[in-house]
Amino acid sequence: MEETLKIVVLVKHVPDAQFDRHITGPDNTTDRDESILSELDEYALEAALQLAEERGGPKAGNEVIALSMGPAGAVNAVKKSLQIGAYSGVHLSDDALAGSDAAATSLALAAAIRHLSADGRPVDLVLTGMASTDGETSLIPAQLAERLQFPQVTFASSLEVAGNQVTARRDAGVFSETVEAQLPAVVSVTDQINEPRYPNFKGILAAKKKKIAALSLADIGVDASQVGLAGSWTVVESAEARPPRTAGTIITDDGDAGIKLVDFLAAQKLL
Amino acid sequence: MANALVFIDNPGAALKKSSLELLTIARSLGETAVALTGELTDDVAAALGAYGVATVYQPSSDDLDNYLVGPKAAYLAAAVQSAGATAVLLDNSPEGKEIAGRLGIKLNAGVITDVVGVEADGTAHKSVLAGSYNTTAKATTPVTVLSVKANNVEPAPSGAAGTPAVARIDLPADALVNSARIASRSEKPVSGRPDLSEARIVVAGGRGVDGDFGPVEELADALGAAVGASRAATDAGWIGHDAQVGQTGVTVSPQLYISAGISGAIQQKAGMQTSKVIVAINKDAESPVFEIADYGIVGDLFKVLPQATAEIKKRKG
Ligand SMILES: Cc1cc2nc3c(=O)[nH]c(=O)nc-3n(C[C@H](O)[C@H](O)[C@H](O)COP(=O)(O)OP(=O)(O)OC[C@H]3O[C@@H](n4cnc5c(N)ncnc54)[C@H](O)[C@@H]3O)c2cc1C
Ligand SMILES: Nc1ncnc2c1ncn2[C@@H]1O[C@H](COP(=O)(O)O)[C@@H](O)[C@H]1O
Repeated sequence: MEETLKIVVLVKHVPDAQFDRHITGPDNTTDRDESILSELDEYALEAALQLAEERGGPKAGNEVIALSMGPAGAVNAVKKSLQIGAYSGVHLSDDALAGSDAAATSLALAAAIRHLSADGRPVDLVLTGMASTDGETSLIPAQLAERLQFPQVTFASSLEVAGNQVTARRDAGVFSETVEAQLPAVVSVTDQINEPRYPNFKGILAAKKKKIAALSLADIGVDASQVGLAGSWTVVESAEARPPRTAGTIITDDGDAGIKLVDFLAAQKLL
Repeated sequence: MANALVFIDNPGAALKKSSLELLTIARSLGETAVALTGELTDDVAAALGAYGVATVYQPSSDDLDNYLVGPKAAYLAAAVQSAGATAVLLDNSPEGKEIAGRLGIKLNAGVITDVVGVEADGTAHKSVLAGSYNTTAKATTPVTVLSVKANNVEPAPSGAAGTPAVARIDLPADALVNSARIASRSEKPVSGRPDLSEARIVVAGGRGVDGDFGPVEELADALGAAVGASRAATDAGWIGHDAQVGQTGVTVSPQLYISAGISGAIQQKAGMQTSKVIVAINKDAESPVFEIADYGIVGDLFKVLPQATAEIKKRKG
């Protein structure tokens, strides 16, 4: 059997897109009530669980650690990950983290990952979603790779680990490619990679016994001035809600809707 | 005046429109230089000159294309230092954003992605939360890194054409270390239709096309449009994944988006609701897509689309 792995899965607690999402306060930050585990991170968790299970799961010594950085409520993203199957959880939380941009977030997450490597067993693989469903920047995986000096394998639509080597497929608009890298690596996965499992009753019960470690900035050796609004390198100066789109004309086809459509396009000067 | 540096990845035989847009924005910020990868043809050099570019940097190694992102960011960081640039502009492609992200860490520079407009002082405009907010953001660092979406400015040459000087950038010795290597790459066949992310018109089909993209493609061709799809359609294998519009596909904001047989799930809307005009054809009047459509037709796409296609052809003669 393959050697066991220590995998950190990054899971973000994000505002549920099924509801209206808001930017609030003097610092123009996203309102985090009504938040859930970012659905794109479930693919990263599934990929981690599959790799660990191929290697004999927790009993064989594999680790699948769900790590979330965020305010108190973000612990729910960790709990959900434990219900789905993560072996243990870490919640990085500190008042000073509020308002962190990508650079500050990646700094804190990199420090947390180094901290998790400090128990004598280094992290082999950092798995992330392809984007957070609120920020949608996809900057964190690339910036983490830069900060940790790990190879970056992003937008993986398939992933294999054999020995020390990661092999992934990436599908972009005009090409498909195979990439190879050495562990330890940062890998972000797309929603094409697998079908995430759902938490079942057994999983929900088992999650209650799993450990969630709470980390503060002091624990990971980061100074408050390096993160949050103070440590961010960008500021959001203004945020204005766009008027929601409203429904326009709705017609029912009586046999000539195709012609009416062309009339509409002509009137809008779109032909 | 500030110095702006534009990153252009493998321009090939001619500069893309999005590159010309970046050059146009760069000129509004200051004296423009370009960091190129790949070959610099005479035509490209002339076009850069016409856009007022004074210096073109090229890497000392052509190995960059064999690795993912990291080495390109290392090259660009070295070019920024040579150029003394305080603003760096890149494409908003997935790779452009990632290079921007890593460059930001290397240079301690603020990074803003998905930019749709840039003011002379570097303030960037963007829309966030799937188009529900317009924001302005600014880097607080000496260097600003911006990845800019296509189709937001009109490309304009400078009027005073010159010939750019060419300078080489030596890659840092460790530039290729700790990087993922591209072991193989296969190009997908090109469709001849406009590029989905930059098209002026997109016609998209969903589960409602039931395996037959013919009517969608024919309307697209009559309009000179790109073809898009919902994830239900790409997952079913009726069309390539690269046609998927939405949260995990391409984000589009064309002048016109025609949605046919798509219900309008939140993840689909995330990729198209900043389109200027939205037309929806769906046989279910209760479909959520009608909540955001400027013009909605409750009807069968297999009747409506072919009729519209025939009518357009007739009118265009
Ligand atoms: C993590 C994640 C990411 C996702 N990312 C994306 C994404 O990027 N893009 C995306 O699109 N989806 C995405 N989805 C999927 C999304 O949730 C929806 O399932 C999907 O958009 C539905 O596709 P659809 O509208 O084509 O299918 P359905 O929801 O099944 O709708 C089909 C519609 O066609 C209509 N119809 C049927 N026959 C006809 C006919 N003859 N004429 C007219 N109308 C007809 C029906 O009335 C119905 O409204 C994602 C989901 C998840 C969980
Ligand atoms: N605060 C966070 N806590 C944990 N993981 C995060 C956080 N922010 C981003 N990530 C991870 O980085 C990925 C990309 O996010 P983003 O760069 O914000 O689009 C997400 O899918 C997560 O896996």
